[in-house]
Amino acid sequence: MELSDQIAQYLVSGLSTGAIYALIGIGFAIIYNSTEIINFAQGELVMLGGMFTIFYLNTLHLPLPLAILLAVASTTAAGLIFERLTIRPLKSPTPLALIIITIGGSILIRGITMMIGGKDTHALPAFSGSEPILIGSATILPQHLWIFALTAVAITLNKLFFQYTITGKAMRACAVNRRAAGLVGIDVKKMVFFSFAISSSLGALAGIIVAPLTMTSYDVGIMLGLKGFCAAIIGGLSGGVGTVLGGLLLGVLESLGAGLISSGYKDAIAFIILLLILFLRPQGLFTKAQTERV
Amino acid sequence: MRRILLTLATASVCIFAASISFASSATIKIGALFSVTGPPSFLGEPERNSAKMVVDEINAKGGIKGKKLELVVYDTGGDATKAVQAANRLIKEDKVVAIIGPSTTGESMAVIPVAEKEGIPLVSCAAGSKITDPVKKWVFKTAQNDGLAVAKIFEHLNKKKISKIAILTVSDGFGASGREQLKSNAAKYGIQIVVDDTYGPKDTDMTSQITKIRGSQAQAVICWGTNPGPAVIAKNVKQLGVKLPLYMSHGVSSKKFIELAGDASEGIIIPSGRVIVADVLPSSDKQKKNLIAFVKDYQNHYKAEGDHFGGHAWDAIMLLKGAIERGAETPAAIRDQLEKTSGLAGIGGIFTYSATDHAGLGKDAFVLVEIKNKDWSLVK
Amino acid sequence: MFSKHREIFKFLSLVLVVLITPLLVHEGYLLNVLIFVGIHTILSLALNLLLGYAGQISLGQAGFFGLGAYISGILTTTHAINPWIAMLAAATIVTTLAFFVGFPILKLKGHYLAMATLGLGIIIYIVFNEAVDRTGGPSGLSGIPNLSIAGYTFNTDLKNYYLIWTFTLVAMGLSLNLVHSRIGRALRAIHDSEVAARVMGVNARVLKVQIFALSAGLSAIAGSLYAHTMTFIAPASFGFNFSVELVTMVIIGGLASIYGSLLGAALLTVLPEMLRAFQDYDIIVYGLLLVLMTMFMPGGLVKGIPELFTSIRARATRKVKTDA
Repeated sequence: MELSDQIAQYLVSGLSTGAIYALIGIGFAIIYNSTEIINFAQGELVMLGGMFTIFYLNTLHLPLPLAILLAVASTTAAGLIFERLTIRPLKSPTPLALIIITIGGSILIRGITMMIGGKDTHALPAFSGSEPILIGSATILPQHLWIFALTAVAITLNKLFFQYTITGKAMRACAVNRRAAGLVGIDVKKMVFFSFAISSSLGALAGIIVAPLTMTSYDVGIMLGLKGFCAAIIGGLSGGVGTVLGGLLLGVLESLGAGLISSGYKDAIAFIILLLILFLRPQGLFTKAQTERV
Repeated sequence: MRRILLTLATASVCIFAASISFASSATIKIGALFSVTGPPSFLGEPERNSAKMVVDEINAKGGIKGKKLELVVYDTGGDATKAVQAANRLIKEDKVVAIIGPSTTGESMAVIPVAEKEGIPLVSCAAGSKITDPVKKWVFKTAQNDGLAVAKIFEHLNKKKISKIAILTVSDGFGASGREQLKSNAAKYGIQIVVDDTYGPKDTDMTSQITKIRGSQAQAVICWGTNPGPAVIAKNVKQLGVKLPLYMSHGVSSKKFIELAGDASEGIIIPSGRVIVADVLPSSDKQKKNLIAFVKDYQNHYKAEGDHFGGHAWDAIMLLKGAIERGAETPAAIRDQLEKTSGLAGIGGIFTYSATDHAGLGKDAFVLVEIKNKDWSLVK
Repeated sequence: MFSKHREIFKFLSLVLVVLITPLLVHEGYLLNVLIFVGIHTILSLALNLLLGYAGQISLGQAGFFGLGAYISGILTTTHAINPWIAMLAAATIVTTLAFFVGFPILKLKGHYLAMATLGLGIIIYIVFNEAVDRTGGPSGLSGIPNLSIAGYTFNTDLKNYYLIWTFTLVAMGLSLNLVHSRIGRALRAIHDSEVAARVMGVNARVLKVQIFALSAGLSAIAGSLYAHTMTFIAPASFGFNFSVELVTMVIIGGLASIYGSLLGAALLTVLPEMLRAFQDYDIIVYGLLLVLMTMFMPGGLVKGIPELFTSIRARATRKVKTDA
């Protein structure tokens, strides 16, 4: 087999993994953009999406579409409860306190899931079969198309919501200046609540749609969350195209790295990229410089 | 000042609370270190369950020579530090006469110096051959050496006249040990490793590695890992249309793997302990009776399939039971009697220890199975 | 405020407690736990200097701890170098490394800093796993020698207890000195407002990096001690989880408190032993502790417990008054 064919496959594989990272990264970006919180528990919401679907599907024997719908609803509820119980009552929400509380929350969610759902790995059935689709000399699975489609829909809706609805605009205002937003009559707490709702449901969707490919268990959230966060950082924590490009870039570099350099150091490559971007362009690759982030 | 006193008071209350233990003398105390949580929980959980189950059974039948067994289990979370702390606690506080476990090779290597120094027999449930090679006075093991599984696969490759292979191993203790054995044994069987690649235990897409293998001269692929990685690999192999024969390790010889990999598991060949094929074994098989009893009991107790990981703990308890039945009560006597174990038909194989062999199993501890119609079938 | 005599008295009482504890502890196992309390105290102390005093978070401390352990382990096993020289080498290498990495990393703030240090920790962890030829890979490195002085080998729990607590007390003493010095005041100024500190003439950038390097170096010494006490090391002990555990120690004990580091380390080392009864569920307790402490006792136990007692006493006096 030709090297060019191999590289074609690396690219296609990288793009499909990258789309997963992007989808998770958008969840991070949405919360950050309206609250300046990096929710370290975002990865656990992704995990919850997959695990809830397994529960509704295998234990309650519901049909897949219904199971997915209920799983998204349950995860969103979990995200909102988390925000209500831990973040909102915080007396002094310093960045340090927020980092620690979301890390604590992620450990807690992981522990509870393990206690109730067990430690087994589970697989979801693919949404539309697993016959490989040929693209030139490379192949992907129908499930990858679902991921690409969901990512595209997510950023489009996101864009429309934040640009054209009053609520979306109000949420952006909160991110720019919380006090000022409050002064002009925006209910800041409500906006934080909204952003958690949106990002929880998006995280759940991401977790569900990748579960047929990656499997799911109580501890998949950590790595997926970190990769999603890398994607968001590369994209400058934008809720839209930037993060998607960031995710795709990360996926492709990882895949090429694993194929051409060393598969053992694949994850190291991802984090070295993260460090380089933080050092050299902390505002992300695709946005103009903003001094306040540094 | 008051602050400091309060602080110290709180700390000492905690320490004393931690040191309270309940001891009784009419029992024989056996310690167990299993990674019930953490990444290797797929080993530790069935091991703990099996050990508890078999100890309860022994006690229900009146114990050993009138004495009941007491099992003290500590979770190590897969961490060598915790394993050593727990081993110290078992020896110095619980005063156990022997320890079974830990679950992984890394933890076992960490605990060995403690067992050797304190003179307590350790029956490890991990597979790495360096645990008992070179032989250490107080250390035994029940899990089959990885080398035996490798030999089983290589013999099959020889039979099929395949000489160029690709190996894909997971970068944790299990995969690293397998990789070592694959590489060091290949030449002996005239086999050449043309691709030597690894993947991370949490990786979710291995198409890059398989693409590389597809572009190589390899005639077969051997994957060494534990769930869920190998299931992802099986799916990726199918996605990329790679038609090479696919071998996996005994790390996935459970129904869970077939469930995870689905259709992609068809035709995969695995070296496995006899436990998964217990019901199709010929009735002349010496292990058959125990295997079937183990599988049935485990199903009754835990509503799950008993696998060979749990079997390692079952074997460890049975080995100790044998030693104690032969009259041993002190750690030193138990060690001496363990070494005299001969022909014990366990779950992992038939154990015969000697002064020069503390692993106790031969190549026949493994059989080759192929996945057909989502079930196991023996490869003749 | 800070009275020198009281501080010295406090510290000497601690030294006394450390000295006599082995006489009171007959359980050999408890001594073993106390060894780890000592190592963890050095680690949480190192992190507290950075996190509590300078206000800079690090989620990669386990990486520095591991580097210390591995450098010491590899030098003594593969290259047969004297363990003390290996420890010195480990501390020097890690401090230097952290100093240079510190400049770009500490330019970052808040979440970005957390993420960068986390990334650094993970990269180091991956190297432990993948550089199989040097580190022994995931199955670990065994046969590391014990430390010894002129033929006297630290090979029992009791000897190691005194060895490690000597290091722990020295580290605590030096840290107490540091935080009560000009540097300590400068650090607190950075913590409160970096801009204000700069205006007052504090070279915030260099100072932060120096503390980062010091913190890494201390962790490396703890790592080296760990390697020579355990005589075996494996990557699993130096992962992200342990970094989080260290942050938890500091938070629970008390930010910006030297004695708090000791308390946090002691609690989090002893707590899992008590939680053995819960076995599988200690992870939930961890998470809950982290969340509840941040919410209700942001000052940690060192400040929280006395406050609790004060408020109970206040309530009691009030009750007495109403009764009367």
